[in-house]
Amino acid sequence: MSLTFPFSAIVGQDEMKLAILIAAVDPSVGGVLVLGDRGTGKSTAVRALAALLPKMKAVIGCPYQCDPNAVSGHCEACLAKQGTARKSHLIPVPVVDLPLGATEDRVVGALDLERALTAGEKAFEPGLLARANRGFLYVDEVNLLEDHLVDLLIDVAASGENLVEREGLSVRHPARFVLVGSGNPEEGELRPQLLDRFGLSVEVSTPRELPDRIEVVRRRDAFERDPQAFTAQWGKADEKIRRNLVKARERLAGIEVPDSVLELAARLCIALGTDGLRGELTLMRAARALAALDGAAQVSEAQLRRIAVPALRHRLRRNPLDDSGSGVRVERALVELFGA
Amino acid sequence: MAAPVDSLQRWLDALQAAALIAVDPHGLGGVALRCAHGPVRDTWLSTLRALLPPGTPMLRVPVQIRDDRLLGGLDLAATLQAGRPVAQTGVMSQVHEGLMVLAMAERLPEGTAARLCAALDQGEITLARDGLQGHHAARFGVIALDEGIDDEVPPARLLERLAFQIDLQSVAPHDVDERIGVGTQGALPSADPAGAEDIAAARRMLPRVRINDDIVAALCAGAMALGADSMRASLLALRAARAAAALDGREAVESEDAELAARLVLGPRATRLPAAPAPEEDLEATAPDPSSDPPEPPESEPDTDTETDSPESTAAAPEPARADAESASSPTTDELILEAARATIPAGLLAQLASAVSPPSQGGPSGRMGIARAARLRGRPVGTRPGMPRDGARLALIDTLRAAAPWQTIRRAQVRGVSSSHGTRPKVEVRASDFRIARLQDRAETTTIFVVDASGSSALHRLAEAKGAVELLLADCYVRRDRVAVIAFRGRMAEVLLPPTRSLARAKRALAGLPGGGGTPLAAGIDSAFSLAEGIARRGGTPVVVLLTDGRANVSRDGTGGRERAESDAQESARALRSSGHASLLIDTSPQARAPGLHLAQAMGAVYLPLPNADAKGVSRAVQSVSAGSNPRS
Repeated sequence: MSLTFPFSAIVGQDEMKLAILIAAVDPSVGGVLVLGDRGTGKSTAVRALAALLPKMKAVIGCPYQCDPNAVSGHCEACLAKQGTARKSHLIPVPVVDLPLGATEDRVVGALDLERALTAGEKAFEPGLLARANRGFLYVDEVNLLEDHLVDLLIDVAASGENLVEREGLSVRHPARFVLVGSGNPEEGELRPQLLDRFGLSVEVSTPRELPDRIEVVRRRDAFERDPQAFTAQWGKADEKIRRNLVKARERLAGIEVPDSVLELAARLCIALGTDGLRGELTLMRAARALAALDGAAQVSEAQLRRIAVPALRHRLRRNPLDDSGSGVRVERALVELFGA
Repeated sequence: MAAPVDSLQRWLDALQAAALIAVDPHGLGGVALRCAHGPVRDTWLSTLRALLPPGTPMLRVPVQIRDDRLLGGLDLAATLQAGRPVAQTGVMSQVHEGLMVLAMAERLPEGTAARLCAALDQGEITLARDGLQGHHAARFGVIALDEGIDDEVPPARLLERLAFQIDLQSVAPHDVDERIGVGTQGALPSADPAGAEDIAAARRMLPRVRINDDIVAALCAGAMALGADSMRASLLALRAARAAAALDGREAVESEDAELAARLVLGPRATRLPAAPAPEEDLEATAPDPSSDPPEPPESEPDTDTETDSPESTAAAPEPARADAESASSPTTDELILEAARATIPAGLLAQLASAVSPPSQGGPSGRMGIARAARLRGRPVGTRPGMPRDGARLALIDTLRAAAPWQTIRRAQVRGVSSSHGTRPKVEVRASDFRIARLQDRAETTTIFVVDASGSSALHRLAEAKGAVELLLADCYVRRDRVAVIAFRGRMAEVLLPPTRSLARAKRALAGLPGGGGTPLAAGIDSAFSLAEGIARRGGTPVVVLLTDGRANVSRDGTGGRERAESDAQESARALRSSGHASLLIDTSPQARAPGLHLAQAMGAVYLPLPNADAKGVSRAVQSVSAGSNPRS
């Protein structure tokens, strides 16, 4: 397998990098929606993060990469063998691409035709959702995806389980992943229900400053000429991020969210008029993950402010015919409530 | 530039691109060649073929290729015959280290384009289907051949990854001289053209070629000044410059390589001309250039001195101090690059940019294939039909077994004594002809095409009313998840302001910015709607044409004035639209219901709706009933 471009070598795109780090620390935040033009490094960042994460233990031979040490979230086969010693190996965190034009049977899984027709056995052939379990599912051009696939992804991402009922099969398997969707907003809009399911949304654009652009091209070129050397060069920076991330995951459970912060979050959502309570929930979880990354013992107003725009910009009600930026509205509300 | 010289230059550039692609097919992505079917294209392809090292694959791939052929997968029929899994290598693995030639690339489906782009990005394909696992190396380049008919272009995402975009439509067969090969000194005709050995030597040299920071900076600055915003443009230009140096046998990239790269890679991607410098900016220059002339674009020069601040690239950047000595005499690298790129910008680009024409619509699978393919994947099941369960078509298991059942005795007798790798024969002997797949029926996606008469005869306030009705229709389209396209006609011709899109914000913007005035080229407007509707139907959608006009044409199809001819042209176009069978609606924007509008509606076979008699809500209801009538609801 070829080497991936190092995460810390990505130029700029700080909002996007922060959002996917938060999603990696606490997957319950929900997915990340990355909107922007072509050639802005969206898929590069997701792959780089997955390569950065420490390898995980998975049961050998399990198509769902089940964790031998976890107490829950196993597939049926692993559940049956729980308690006995199972051989496991370390594998990199999976990043699965959902390509444009993917069909439902590729995504969900289907009857294993080969076994059915040659051996006469009914067997389930896992799809992309199975391979993405405990990893990342990267959906390119999520705003062009077919409606029924979008519904499917929403349901599975929310419940963490994939239920397959087709062709005489009835299979239920774990499918817990971080959904990262990318797209070009010029080509179409996502339905509000789908937008709401994404935890964080970020906007990326090609760098406007010439020095940044030169640096991007230089680094990419250097990586392609000699991937080993380049990766080694950025190894230390990557290692730093990895250690911070692992520590953040461990600290996460112990971080308090004081009532004052909850109140601020609620007031912000009321001021912006977000529908439902997902706004506050996401704000709270994301702020806590951010505090974990910062090394703070509890969540403070500063973290809330930093994460407010990505957490709320896609939840605001707006006229679909109006394309003015919602990020601006969130920032204005922040200034009004918290002061400049 | 005189036409013959221009054609020759284009041909030489095309040959140059062929040589560069042969040196680094995967790094440069490929070539998008817009050229009619014929001797020019064939000559170019055979020249390219001759340049490739022997044994390099160069496969022609049909655009309708299915996923399992492209990526590889289980060969179901062979598997059944043999009784054990038989895999077929995908085409992408077969062209590894070579080139894939796509004819009629403008018809490439989006899904296939996405897979090609993924392979171009990663350099490998990941297989996890039909029991086959693994990563397979797939480093190849793509030659996308576009016949240049209509306005269709290959998918934008693919074009972005191909370094060279060449247009040979204006090159006549007699301009093409096979003896003019590509010289090893750039694109000059040389008596000793580059051959396969030079390419092979260049390939060996390529990993050693160095490029210094100044040239990198100059290329990035050039890309930015020309408005080639995507980072890929700069990166591909960099690789092209390297390949050019390698081809010339040098280990260091010189400015002439950068110029060539700018001309071939950045020029075609330009979306604007570099801004001319403003007079006061010269005063800010820390090293004033005594010989500065107006055409010089100082803002494109890189800031190699970090202490001088130049926040915006389009603001003047003070000339680098090192250039002080040479600025009076030789132009800097960046100017050379910009000049080179500027030479390729087509003459009409300014005019095009000024009128802000949006990119032309995409093609798609042609004919019945398109409609059939699109329909196969969505909707609710209504029976089964014979076919292979590929590309998402769902296997109807019971029907398949039912089809195989009567043949069991015969087949078992035939295979008695033959054992498979499993040791026993399968329980049910199934052959490829037994497969049944589910037939689905679904409401095809509707695209509403608004054809707006923006001419002077449509008084401004009527247009405003019509636009109000259109906004309501856009809201409906949002609810129904339909797509919208906008065509406007005035003056001498019609333009597609907005190709089919689901982005209603863009539709609203396109309508808001619609200027009025000029003659009424009604025939051109209807023709444009007709061709757009045909394209949509080909892709499996349902077009609905909504024409907003007062019906009084005074500009005929070829752009000349004359009421009589204009009206007869319009009637002809209307009849063509009627015979195509697409649903249409004519909204008469004249103050009183008049004959021209009514006649036109009759000729078009359209539902007629005079605006004075209906408000925005009435219009919206009318459009709904028209599109409902054209769509068989399942």
